[in-house]
Amino acid sequence: MSLKLGVPSKGRLMEKTFQWFADRGVTLRKSGSDREYAGAVDGIDGVELVLLSAGEIPRELETGRIHLGVTGSDLVRERLSAWDQQVDEVARMGFGGADLIIAVPQAWIDVETLDDLDAVAAAFRAHHGFRLRIATKYHRLVREFLRDNGVADYQLIDSQGATEGTIRNGTAEAVADITSTGETLRANGLKILSDGMIHSSQATLFRGRRRNWTDAQRATFKALVAKLTA
Amino acid sequence: MDTGQDSWARARRYQSVIAGQGAVVTDADYLQSAGTLLDLYGEDIRARAFTTHDPVRGEQMLRPDFTVPIVQQHMAHGAEPARYTYMGKVFRKQEKDENRPTEFVQVGYEIFDGANPAAADAEVFATLAGLLSDVEVTAATGDIGVLRAAVEGLKTTKRRRAALLRHLWRPRRFKALLDRYGGRSDMPAARAALLAQDDPMAQMPPLLGLRTQAEIAERIEVLREDAAAEPISAVELDLIDTLLKVRETAPNALVALRDLSVDLPSIAPAVDGIARRLDALAARGIAVDTLPFEASYGRTSMEYYDGFVFGFSADPRLNLPPLATGGRYDALTTVLGGGVGVPAVGGVIRPDLVAAVEAAQ
Repeated sequence: MSLKLGVPSKGRLMEKTFQWFADRGVTLRKSGSDREYAGAVDGIDGVELVLLSAGEIPRELETGRIHLGVTGSDLVRERLSAWDQQVDEVARMGFGGADLIIAVPQAWIDVETLDDLDAVAAAFRAHHGFRLRIATKYHRLVREFLRDNGVADYQLIDSQGATEGTIRNGTAEAVADITSTGETLRANGLKILSDGMIHSSQATLFRGRRRNWTDAQRATFKALVAKLTA
Repeated sequence: MDTGQDSWARARRYQSVIAGQGAVVTDADYLQSAGTLLDLYGEDIRARAFTTHDPVRGEQMLRPDFTVPIVQQHMAHGAEPARYTYMGKVFRKQEKDENRPTEFVQVGYEIFDGANPAAADAEVFATLAGLLSDVEVTAATGDIGVLRAAVEGLKTTKRRRAALLRHLWRPRRFKALLDRYGGRSDMPAARAALLAQDDPMAQMPPLLGLRTQAEIAERIEVLREDAAAEPISAVELDLIDTLLKVRETAPNALVALRDLSVDLPSIAPAVDGIARRLDALAARGIAVDTLPFEASYGRTSMEYYDGFVFGFSADPRLNLPPLATGGRYDALTTVLGGGVGVPAVGGVIRPDLVAAVEAAQ
């Protein structure tokens, strides 16, 4: 059986992944029409390309339906419990970089750190009768980060898009979101907490930890890694 | 291996012992209001409890423990003194260790009786110790009330004491706050720059969201007041550090705490309470001379315990969670009772873990 490699099925992440592999002598391409999610691999035998949404790749790695996968390190940490027991990092690929951070309104001139956020959360709850709302789609990462840093009296509000707008819309008081330059946040009147860096994400090649691989798959993996890290 | 049937048979046996002490058999719904649990525990409960959704009642959680619903029932319908026992499954996510079960049977014992707290503490502890008499376990005990009393007695501002009390159960933030208030760590540069301005509000960017200008101005006043306050003395910081490190047999710990209470008089009533509890435990046949006491025990568990805390653990090589745990939660009854509280103590035992230890022996 071949070694299945899951790669994001569209957009810049797919293009940059194809480029990264091409730079290392492995050609990945979509086969057939542009709308199909089948792929082909040249430059190494025994590897099958599977095109998937980047968000599905962590789960597919965990279940073992794919053996290798390219996705953001943020998605793996968010979607898999005890992620480091489920997958191994094979290579950090150096693109798709973005930081998961916590941001608050610039008008909060008294807030620069998590310590401030925690104190404000306590006062906010006393004033308003509910816990300070932080909008995010990264529930697990944000919750674990705030727990490890001893921040209390907040609640997470689910936001799957345009998160920076939730404060203006009155549905949240703070946000935890991905940003590469912080420009969108600033344009929306927000600022990043100085110690609020939750995770610095980049596209990463992961290997699933399910160890029921065949000898042929192991040999293919070894050959692939040799090429990719040469 | 535990077949399930064995756990239930044990659970019934344990419950009949507890009921034999006069406890009323009670029960709780599987589905609990997520809002109540979230208000009590914060978002952290989501990492422990399974959440589901009801179209009418909204977000619900599969009960992660019985204590909260039993307290709610008692505060709504009960009268003191009351003793309750319950038996049933609780549900916990196991994000860190997939080998641990996500549902397991618990038998519990809760006492709502303020007449003699030391005796009630001893009764719960001794009852669970009795149920565990056939397996090799090590007891651990502590008392969150001592640390609470120490913080309440600190010679500093009321706000600082309140901030420290809020984080008794989060040791890392507690220490960071204590270091700041004691001058062991510097004020963050951004805060110093803010307070150096005569009128920081004049430079404020346009407001966004629900938090008002008045709230921001109020916090800046709080920060100014805090910056002007005297640091907590090195003597008091050392006393708190020493207190947190007390880890001895109960009689030795009692001596150490009595020594500390000379300089930290606010802990004296809590220390007297420990002495009364040890007497009550001895009266119930517990070997208090070898009973461990650890002042920091229970600080990282769920945050409703505010006095006596205890647990019984098997040989660490078995890699099992504690077989039985419990403690005093007077403050929880106040929160769930709408401001009116009653002294309460309780504990739970897990028959599946007792069976596992027996099998390993």
